[in-house]
Amino acid sequence: MVSSLPLIEVEKLEAWYGRRRILKNVDFNVHAGEIRVIMGGSGSGKSTLLRHLLGLHRPRSGTIKLLGVDIGHADEAQMLGVRRQIGVSFQGGALLTSLSVGDNVALPLREMTRLDENTIRIMSRLKLEVVNLGGFQELMPAQLSGGMIKRAALARAIVMDPKLLFFDEPSAGLDPVVSAELDELILRLRDALRMTIVVVTHELESAFKIADTITVLDQGEILMTDTVDKVRHANNERIQDLLNRRPRETPVDADAYLRRLTEEHAAPV
Amino acid sequence: MDAITRPLESLGRATLKSLAGTGHAAMLLVESIGFALTGWRRGQPVRVPSVFEQMRQIGVDALPITALLALVIGIMLGIQFVAALSEFGAQSQVVIAVAKSVTREFGALITAILVAGRSGSALAARIGSMNVSQEVDALAVIGIDPVRYLAAPALFAMLLMLPALTIFADAIAIFGAAVYSAPALNVTPGAYISQTLALLTPGDIGQGLAKSVVFAILISLIGISTGFSVSGGAEGVGRATTRSVVLSICYIIVADMIFSFFLNR
Repeated sequence: MVSSLPLIEVEKLEAWYGRRRILKNVDFNVHAGEIRVIMGGSGSGKSTLLRHLLGLHRPRSGTIKLLGVDIGHADEAQMLGVRRQIGVSFQGGALLTSLSVGDNVALPLREMTRLDENTIRIMSRLKLEVVNLGGFQELMPAQLSGGMIKRAALARAIVMDPKLLFFDEPSAGLDPVVSAELDELILRLRDALRMTIVVVTHELESAFKIADTITVLDQGEILMTDTVDKVRHANNERIQDLLNRRPRETPVDADAYLRRLTEEHAAPV
Repeated sequence: MDAITRPLESLGRATLKSLAGTGHAAMLLVESIGFALTGWRRGQPVRVPSVFEQMRQIGVDALPITALLALVIGIMLGIQFVAALSEFGAQSQVVIAVAKSVTREFGALITAILVAGRSGSALAARIGSMNVSQEVDALAVIGIDPVRYLAAPALFAMLLMLPALTIFADAIAIFGAAVYSAPALNVTPGAYISQTLALLTPGDIGQGLAKSVVFAILISLIGISTGFSVSGGAEGVGRATTRSVVLSICYIIVADMIFSFFLNR
């Protein structure tokens, strides 16, 4: 199923927030038809990596290629071309609160295509059926439960039939049953619609269930990228800490500690 | 040493921040005009229905409160001018004094302050909360430029509706002044109004309109740019809303003074 054509190619990506280095020399490739899970604890840099992949941040250095286009140097038309072929489901859903669920799902079709209104309505209802939200198009986002919001956001993300789907924290804030249903849905999407899917999560269970390959990110570095089994049995201590929910032991640098306590503008390390 | 460098440092920071804010607002204006002119060719058209929707929210919905305020301001001006001018036995000048001060000054100013409080703050709150809940990011990744979808319609609606509201406020304020001062001046309200129309020049109304266009740009750019720069959750949205109203009103009053100075030399 996994072909050799990489849809995402990231080389030597660096990201900084002020003086804090968030991503360190990240190389990252995702091939067509793959479900890749980016796993890591809070503050590991996974959200920053995702924002770079989506073109919401420009890389300080390094290159990001989506579908063969270098998005750090793409012009407006090229970028629009890439955006038409990717779908994103954000952590909180990010549905426009002023529009109904149906209008939210139809939004990309209305704004990015010249289809007529009937086709748009049918296509968006079809996608709502795919995520088991058939008949809910008239409701407003505020009337939906957490799980329904995620599914509606997923429907909007896939309404343009993207080649590449990004999913930020699918199970955050959901109960185990709903999050398991969402995992099933992701697997079904890959099989039925042949999408390449990148999921960012810190939930181990769902990561192991849906992933073909897993990238483990820790403190801005990629620890390993491999199949589920190999990640499970990795020798790396930090990966095992993450898998076994062990608290990290961070070594204390006495000098830096004193500097942080006493100086006004000491740089965070 | 610290005693000198620290205030300098914070002054420098504040200067840079306000420069960056001005730059951001100017960029929003240029981009919005760009989207209106060439957006349809680039796949980023400014939708006419959303401009109309904003025009309804900014203009039509503000009609009752504008009418009420303008009426009160007109009556107030009538009271003041009748009292002040009769001290010199110059009651006959009340009509022209009210007519000029309403059309050149008060109509535009009161309308702008009202719209800044009503719609400038609403823009900042709406865009700010969309920013916080990643809706702005969602628009961007769909391929919808947030400036063309959120900023441009509001800017153009404001540019059309604020002058229209100003004309409306002028008329109501003069009507209010007529209702109060006509009996005091021993004329009928009808005669008062027809005398007003005879005395007013297009230049008087033009002065108010020119101001209202500038006010419209100030209110919308300040509201939109503070909205886009919101960070820090619900508290940030609240701060941005307050900030947009305070900033807009300050800029409106200063711009009004500068305008009055140059137009009346």
